[in-house]
Amino acid sequence: MSNILIIAEHNGSELSNSTAKCVSCAIETGGSVHILVLAADATVIAEQAAALNGVDEVISINHPNYSHALAATLAPEIAAIGADYSHVYGPSSTYGRDLMPRVAALLGVNQVADIMAVKGPRSFQRPVYAGNAIIDVSVAEENTVVATIRLASWAAVSGGNNATVSSRETSAEMPTHSRFIGLKTEGGDLPDLQSAKRVISGGRGLGSEENFKIIYTLASKLGAGVGASRAAVDAGYVPNDMQVGQTGKIISPDLYMAFGISGAIQHITGIKDAGTIVAINKDAEAPIFEVADIGLVGDLFSVIPEIEAAL
Amino acid sequence: MKILVGIKRVVDFNVRVRVKPDGSGVDLDGAKMSINPFDEIALEEALRLREAGKATEVIVVSIGTTACQQQLRTGLAMGADRAIQVDTEEKLQPLAAARTFLALVEKEQPGLVILGKQAIDDDNSQTGQMLAALWDRPQATFASEVVVDDQVARVTREVDAGLETIEIDLPAVITSDLRLNEPRFVKLPDIMKAKRKPLEVIPLTDLAIANDNKLTIDHYAPPATREKGIMVDSAEALVAELKNRGLL
Ligand SMILES: Cc1cc2nc3c(=O)[nH]c(=O)nc-3n(C[C@H](O)[C@H](O)[C@H](O)COP(=O)(O)OP(=O)(O)OC[C@H]3O[C@@H](n4cnc5c(N)ncnc54)[C@H](O)[C@@H]3O)c2cc1C
Ligand SMILES: Cc1cc2nc3c(=O)[nH]c(=O)nc-3n(C[C@H](O)[C@H](O)[C@H](O)COP(=O)(O)OP(=O)(O)OC[C@H]3O[C@@H](n4cnc5c(N)ncnc54)[C@H](O)[C@@H]3O)c2cc1C
Repeated sequence: MSNILIIAEHNGSELSNSTAKCVSCAIETGGSVHILVLAADATVIAEQAAALNGVDEVISINHPNYSHALAATLAPEIAAIGADYSHVYGPSSTYGRDLMPRVAALLGVNQVADIMAVKGPRSFQRPVYAGNAIIDVSVAEENTVVATIRLASWAAVSGGNNATVSSRETSAEMPTHSRFIGLKTEGGDLPDLQSAKRVISGGRGLGSEENFKIIYTLASKLGAGVGASRAAVDAGYVPNDMQVGQTGKIISPDLYMAFGISGAIQHITGIKDAGTIVAINKDAEAPIFEVADIGLVGDLFSVIPEIEAAL
Repeated sequence: MKILVGIKRVVDFNVRVRVKPDGSGVDLDGAKMSINPFDEIALEEALRLREAGKATEVIVVSIGTTACQQQLRTGLAMGADRAIQVDTEEKLQPLAAARTFLALVEKEQPGLVILGKQAIDDDNSQTGQMLAALWDRPQATFASEVVVDDQVARVTREVDAGLETIEIDLPAVITSDLRLNEPRFVKLPDIMKAKRKPLEVIPLTDLAIANDNKLTIDHYAPPATREKGIMVDSAEALVAELKNRGLL
């Protein structure tokens, strides 16, 4: 039977929702489910991990060097502990995508990236070519399965569990060649894109940073997260962490509304799993209408006030 | 300091890739092939570092068939000093690609290896991180700004929470994100000049890397299609429809 180790993602004080999604994938894989929390002070995070349904055990390790998630610092410990497991899972967030290949290489295996579905204990589905093809990937019996979990494909497990927490000391050597300097966040109080139930996005059609404010206003009226196309980010209307798509965030809100976004394949990749896609574009031929569940041809600058009035 | 840059030959990002009906792969017959967009950015960054006097030589590397020489020539035309094609018919998985880069690192002793943050065909995003692990050196993935100062690089990374800055000792591996820079256009005279620049071919077998522990890829399927949607003709109708579906 499989024994699965999930690497917790957190911000130093709180467990990320992505970990609860990894647990879903682990349950589907089948076997015992353990979560490893590496933090400067892992106590609270480990408790949050232990509360997730389906988790059998939480291992927590405190170390001052774990105060920031540097892959080079974390990977040796994870590989050392992970060697005793059949599977090591992490989220396909930037945290997991940075870290897990490093762990995989230390364990001498290829990593399975972006698991969307489990076909068997060692067999998975993942997207390639910007989601234009879905492949079946399987891992040989003698290899550890090291994988990232595609967050848009998995629901978070609920809480209420009370798994045992055991704390350990670090065992692996930590390098000193990589140092954290700082983190600049700009998103403010907006709901997190990857867990928001509703997301309102703007594209190049917004025309300026100033104009983009109408997207924020509508979003706050709807309690929605705010996303953007690459063109809007590149043009400096919004910060990079709002980019949705193949090279940005892959999201799966119940409702996705795209304003002034043409619908390039790289953007669509990021929203394919949305429950309902709404597109507002002044060009009736825009490719976004091919994937939209509800489309409206119109000028976003007049449509947005009309939507607000009709709410 | 030498900089090694990965240049992967991939299907052009404008090509709409389709799965073959028998599920054996994707149909790339006659499709336009290009340098992986992230690798063009990686190369541009290396060239800028050389132009700023921080590096002395930029070497572009591609692992694949002779066809990759086309992308390497483009890299040379952009300004790389020389090229290496590691010749193999096999499409290497990231671990083997990383081992191949490691073999070249041992040979060339670069101060920096810059790869793309992901290849747009497999979207694996692993090779750089794996190379850093095998080399036991720092990694700075998803870079949107790189400042090299003597033996240290300060790299700003595009992470989910915003922009993270880390400092790494060289030698190290950096992987490029889209906003790191805008690659230059290649000028015609440079294409001519590039023909005379050295391009070394090394058979993969000469590097004697282990190519084991492969993942098995058995089947390709087209993605699930969404059902055809509806068009509405006013904002009121849109809001009514959303309320009707319980979304507002
Ligand atoms: C390797 C690679 C990776 C990429 N990754 C991503 C990614 O992750 N995410 C991403 O989004 N893109 C990505 N792209 C870029 C992508 O190809 C497109 O260029 C980008 O998505 C276009 O953004 P856009 O739709 O905002 O702009 P445009 O394509 O310029 O479209 C603007 C749209 O706004 C409409 N419009 C203009 N004014 C109005 C108005 N007043 N009212 C209503 N509609 C209006 C226009 O009709 C048009 O359809 C990537 C590209 C490459 C090469
Ligand atoms: C259609 C298809 C068929 C496949 N068939 C096989 C198969 O039969 N056998 C098999 O073993 N694998 C196969 N693979 C796997 C695939 O070839 C590897 O995953 C790939 O070479 C390395 O992963 P990546 O390019 O996604 O790396 P990423 O980690 O996404 O690449 C990051 C960066 O690494 C560098 N890099 C990676 N590869 C190279 C390279 N070859 N040359 C220069 N730089 C590079 C580039 O800078 C790139 O930007 C297949 C994949 C696909 C999509």
